[in-house]
Parts: sequence; structure tokens; C-alpha cells
Amino acid sequence: MTAPLLSAKNLRAFYGPTQILFDLNFDMHEGGITTLLGANGAGKTTTLRALSGMVKTGGEIRFEGKVISNKDTADIVRLGVAHVPEGRGTFVRQTVEENLQLGGITQPAGQISADMERVFAYFPRLKERFRQQAGTLSGGEQQMLAIGRALMLRPKIMLLDEPSFGLAPLIVQEMFSILRTLNEKEKVSMFLVEQNASLALDLADHAYLLETGRVVMSGPAKELSQDESIRRAYLGY
Amino acid sequence: MEQVVQQVIGGLATGAIYACIALAIVMIYQAIDHLNFAQGEMAMFSTYIAWQLMEWGMPYWFAFFLTVAISFVLGYAIERIVFKPVHNASVLSHVVIFIALFAIINSMAGFIWEFTIKPFPTPFGTKSVLGDGLLSAHGAGMIAVTGIMLALLYLFFRFTRVGLAMRAAAANPDSARLVGIRVGFMNAVGWGMAAAIGAVAGIMIAPVVFLEPNMMVTILLYGFAGAVVGGLTSPGGAVFGGFAVGVVENLASFVPHFGAEMKLTIALALIILVLTLKPNGLFGRRIVSRV
Repeated sequence: MTAPLLSAKNLRAFYGPTQILFDLNFDMHEGGITTLLGANGAGKTTTLRALSGMVKTGGEIRFEGKVISNKDTADIVRLGVAHVPEGRGTFVRQTVEENLQLGGITQPAGQISADMERVFAYFPRLKERFRQQAGTLSGGEQQMLAIGRALMLRPKIMLLDEPSFGLAPLIVQEMFSILRTLNEKEKVSMFLVEQNASLALDLADHAYLLETGRVVMSGPAKELSQDESIRRAYLGY
Repeated sequence: MEQVVQQVIGGLATGAIYACIALAIVMIYQAIDHLNFAQGEMAMFSTYIAWQLMEWGMPYWFAFFLTVAISFVLGYAIERIVFKPVHNASVLSHVVIFIALFAIINSMAGFIWEFTIKPFPTPFGTKSVLGDGLLSAHGAGMIAVTGIMLALLYLFFRFTRVGLAMRAAAANPDSARLVGIRVGFMNAVGWGMAAAIGAVAGIMIAPVVFLEPNMMVTILLYGFAGAVVGGLTSPGGAVFGGFAVGVVENLASFVPHFGAEMKLTIALALIILVLTLKPNGLFGRRIVSRV
């Protein structure tokens, strides 16, 4: 077994004096898709924010063996950690083109146009909207743009915060099949936070279940989707 | 009619200076959400640096560009040393720091160079180039220099990667961090550029108002007026606002009886008028924040 790509040991997180995460432990391996399930307010988004240094944390986070806890967000990103945030983080006043350029802003200028073509291969819609102001895109298009922006970083891992949020079912299907392709073809590892548990368990190979800031269950995604209590509480059948 | 045209052109010359100050104010406002009251004093101090360099025998344009560079470094340093440690502090703390900066820079200039009024050279000469004494060569030079600078700034923000990163960092700092932009560094660069722009404004206006520690006080007020008229969230709007204030101020002197004395009042009345009708300025964008 190789060393994990991303791991957390006794990860704690705080908003001011309020503790949100309590000693989380998880590992994820290169090339894998790990999902973090849980109800509203369980701490899923906070976990992602902790990983990319956007909240105050305790404990230890390692990426490729190096400690990244309490590093600056921008420095973590530069290691190849692309965080697609809740609400998509669109630069609304900038054009689609500029949004993609910003995604690759830490990369050599020479590779930008080739990388953009690569994004358009996955999301042809973005090419049609190239010069449009990003704030005028539909929700689905903005989600495509958010993932496209993350791809411009040539990430080793993507942290995805509810990519299905607010999207029509058909678009969600499309989005998740693109995520699977990205994982297989571009070798991008993924850490996926989702409320839509069946979708997430379908895509992921490993899953953790979070309740009020603690990991209460973990295992291969297939096993969790068979689990009686998970089925009743999160899958609804 | 001819007189009106001449007054408008005359107004553009001083308006160019207001536009620079307004732009510098907006750049810092975008970065930290507060108005920099010390902007004028920073420009005044830069002007003294230019004067000192010329006293030491440097040619005008060499001193000009060296001063712009020094001002950039000083502006950058002020952000890193003074504002970075308090970037989470309340609005009032920021206001107090701005006032302190104002007082410190003002008295430092007086301490180093004394409070007596000094003449400041112009590289353009003072001959009339238009009408009879209406637009001097220096006035035309002022318009040209600021015009070139504003054009360069536009090209920088519109077409370079650093410019794009700076716009992103100002508009959406969280998302900017998530694409790997060092937002704090970008803010400091913004301060440096604002100081450099102020330096150009100060050097250009000094031959008109003469060099002394309080030379920028009224100009800063007009600069604020320009920034507010154009909208504090719009750099282009601020530039437009600066020129507009300059022209309105000049035209105001046409109003019989009180025009010339009430120039400043008229400019400030313009702010109130714009804010009443368009609270975000002519080109400003409404900030909607989600809770």
C-alpha cells in the first residue's frame, strides 16, 4: 500500500470559539474518489475549508506526505489542490474566458490556451459562452465553469463541494459522468462532499459518514450503500 | 460660447489631477473597503521627494520616474507594515489609522522640508497654448501625462495576467485565493500603484498650487468628489468623475456674483446631488451581500 495522497489526523476546526470538527481521521489515495456524506450542518463544507486552509484548524493535514495544515490557502492551491467551493466561486464580473485564465493564473502562460481547449472538450457549452460575463450564466453552466476553472490548475486533487446543488436532474447526471471521466482520463483524485448520497456513493470508491463534526462510519462506497442504517437515513429506501 | 469651451478645456486640466486622486482612492477602496484619507498627503510627500531629487541636481524626468518608483515602494510598505496586521480590525480602527497617517506624513514633510511655500518647476513651460492665458503649456502637459498614465493603467488591468489577478483579488478575494492568488500581496501592490499614481498627480499639480505640506487638502476633497460621483466601485467611473468635477468647478466660476468663491461648495453640492439620485455613483455597482 502506498502512502495516502491526502490525509487528516485528529483534524479539528473552529469558527471563532465554536468547534465544528472533532478529531477527524481520514486517508485518501491517489487516483481515488472519496466522498464525505452527512446531513446539513454536519461539517462537510467546513472539512473542505479546513483542507484548503480557509478556517482555523488543529491536528494535522498532509498532502503528498508534507504537512499543509495552517499554510496559506494560495500556497495549498499551488501544490495542486483545486477547491470548487460551495456557491461555485464564480468571478461574476469577469468573462468566461477570464474565469478560465484565472484558474490557470499560477501556471506558465504558454500552456493556458491548450488547457482551455482541454476544458472545452469536456464542456463545449463554455466555448459558446466564451466572451459572456460569467454572472449571466445559468447555474449548470456556472458549475461547469467552476470545474473547468479547477481543471486549469492541472490539479492533483479536486475538492468538490456539492456539485449537484441546485441543478436539474439531467444536468446532474451529465456532471457526474464528466467527473468520472476526469478521474479516469486526467487522473484527478477527488474528494467529494454531497447531500445526494446515492449519487455520491455511486461515483466514489470510498466513503465517510459525518455526523455533527465526527466521523461515525467509513468504508468502501459499495459497502456503505448496502448498509441498512445508511440506506434508511440517507438513501431513503 | 467660445468662453464655455475654453473653460471646459481649462477644467479638464485640473480635472486630470482630480481623476488621478480619485482613481488612487478607488484602487485602495477596492482592496480594503475603506477610503484612504491620507491619499493626498502621500501624494504631497512624493512631490517633496521629487523636489528634493531635483534640488540634488537630477534632471526633471529622471527625478519624476525615480519618485514614482520610490512612491510605489513606500505605498507597498505602508500596506505591509501598517495595514496588514490590522486587516481584520473594525472600520473605526482603520479610520483612526488613516487619520494618524495623515497627521504623521503631513508633519514629517513639514519637519524635513519646512512649512514655507516652495515653487515647483514645470517641464512644459508656462506659455499659453490656447486662448489668451486659458490653457497653459503646463495645463496641456498635465492632460497629456495623466492621459498616458490612465491609458497604460487601462492596458495593464485589461490585458496582463497580473492585472487580471489584481481585479480578481479585489472583486472576490475568497475565490481568488482558491485559484492560488496571494490576495494580501496583490493588495500591497494596489497600495503601491495608488501611491505612484498620487505621485504623478502631486508632481503635475505642484507648479499650479505650489509646494507646501497642505497643498493636497483641497485637491483630495475634489478627488473624493470625483470618486463618489463616478462610483467607488468603478475605476473608470472615478476617472470620469474626476474630470467631471474639474469641468463643473471651472464652469461654476461663470455663475454671476458668487461663482468664483463658491467653487468648492458647488463641487460638494454635486456629490450630494449624485448620491441622492444614484447612491452608488454614476457607474457604481450595488453591493448585495448575502447573509
